Amino acid sequence: MYDLKALYEAQSVQDAVRLRLEHPEAQILAGGTDVLVQIREGRRAGKELISIYGIDALRGVAIDGEENIRIGSLTSFSHITGDPIIQKYINVLGEAVDMVGGPQIRNAGTIGGNTCNGVTSADSASTLFAWDAVIELTGEKGVRRLPIQEFYISAGKVDIRPDEIQTAILIPRASYESCSGHYIKYAMRDAMDIATTGCSVNVVLSPDKKTILRARIAYGVAGPVPLRCGHAEAAAQGKPLTEETAEAFAAAVLSDIRPRDSWRASRAFREHIAVELAKRGLLESIRLAGGELA
Amino acid sequence: MSNRYKLIRCTINGREVEQMVDVRASLTDMLRNDFRLTSVKKGCEVGECGACNVLINGECFNSCLYLAAWADGKNICTLEGLMGPGGELADIQQAFIDEAAIQCGFCTPGFIMTAVEILERGKEYTDDELRRLLSGHLCRCTGYENILRAVKKAMLKRLGKA
Repeated sequence: MYDLKALYEAQSVQDAVRLRLEHPEAQILAGGTDVLVQIREGRRAGKELISIYGIDALRGVAIDGEENIRIGSLTSFSHITGDPIIQKYINVLGEAVDMVGGPQIRNAGTIGGNTCNGVTSADSASTLFAWDAVIELTGEKGVRRLPIQEFYISAGKVDIRPDEIQTAILIPRASYESCSGHYIKYAMRDAMDIATTGCSVNVVLSPDKKTILRARIAYGVAGPVPLRCGHAEAAAQGKPLTEETAEAFAAAVLSDIRPRDSWRASRAFREHIAVELAKRGLLESIRLAGGELA
Repeated sequence: MSNRYKLIRCTINGREVEQMVDVRASLTDMLRNDFRLTSVKKGCEVGECGACNVLINGECFNSCLYLAAWADGKNICTLEGLMGPGGELADIQQAFIDEAAIQCGFCTPGFIMTAVEILERGKEYTDDELRRLLSGHLCRCTGYENILRAVKKAMLKRLGKA
């Protein structure tokens, strides 16, 4: 038995909005792989829960009318990894969420839950930051969209208003078109572990595959929330595909990241691996994009 | 409080059932207490050990992190559901015996249900892929090598390669 005060099960998005307004103290429950654990631990014990897990309309991946990749918030990690649209346009996201927990957790855990709990180590988050994902929230007055960087406010805190639930994550066409990326999770174990640092890099190359037209990079566990690295991205833009470009790009991340000492790893170690992951991530992204080092 | 209990209808091991569940119950609680399906073990109860793993609509879930209320409309399969009409063991169970992939047996039902999901895909996996696919289970008797061999054996047999 879980120590809960009450369970309200939303049958639809509108129903969830109504329940949110009726029970302002209640916690939203999606796949349960974090919230139910926190109830067991006592951290969220005795709370009311609004389960949105039964809303099947929030599952699945599609290309919408504006050519965005639309990922329903309740899509499980394993379904994202196995989805043909994800594999074709943003394979790195499928690879990243395939590193969450273990197989059973990936069948239960949802990408909406992964982003809504606001933790910096979420394996989906760095890739979503690096691909300029847009968060869709639905509330009483309709739909609100905001860039993922604005969605994360501080550690464990995201911008969900009292009447809202997250309903989708969108990847705009301008973001995924001709883009190739790579995610590296640095952790102590190959499964059932949380990233010491996670790094997601992607590039768009010139048609002749000689120049980096656009490079984007984001980290998890390099600050209180996932973050992008503007200095590093600027250091690679318009540059030739060389080892020097990769080195300069990697070195520049130190002006962007602000990791801390924790029991998992020291700040110095995180900075060290962040630089190495940036370089490896860029080189692999270039290779995936069909480029060769000059 | 009106929504303390919920009437759910689901299929468990091929049988359609109806059950009034406490909304605070996990699926582990329901399967063990209401249906006496004690192959579903209570281990860590926080989704780390895999001992409570069952198939829900063909996919593996740790039933300790799954509300009994969510079982409504679902097709659930536990280890007990693998038994043949005459009480026969499934191929994967026999492979666990043949490879001595069992010591205390506490992790075994969970491992076997994950193996069922793997085998049902009908694909051939490398040893490294199998290790990854089995990584959501802990065995405290440290029998991982034999478990890996058992799953591989059953996989190759189904594919007609052993």
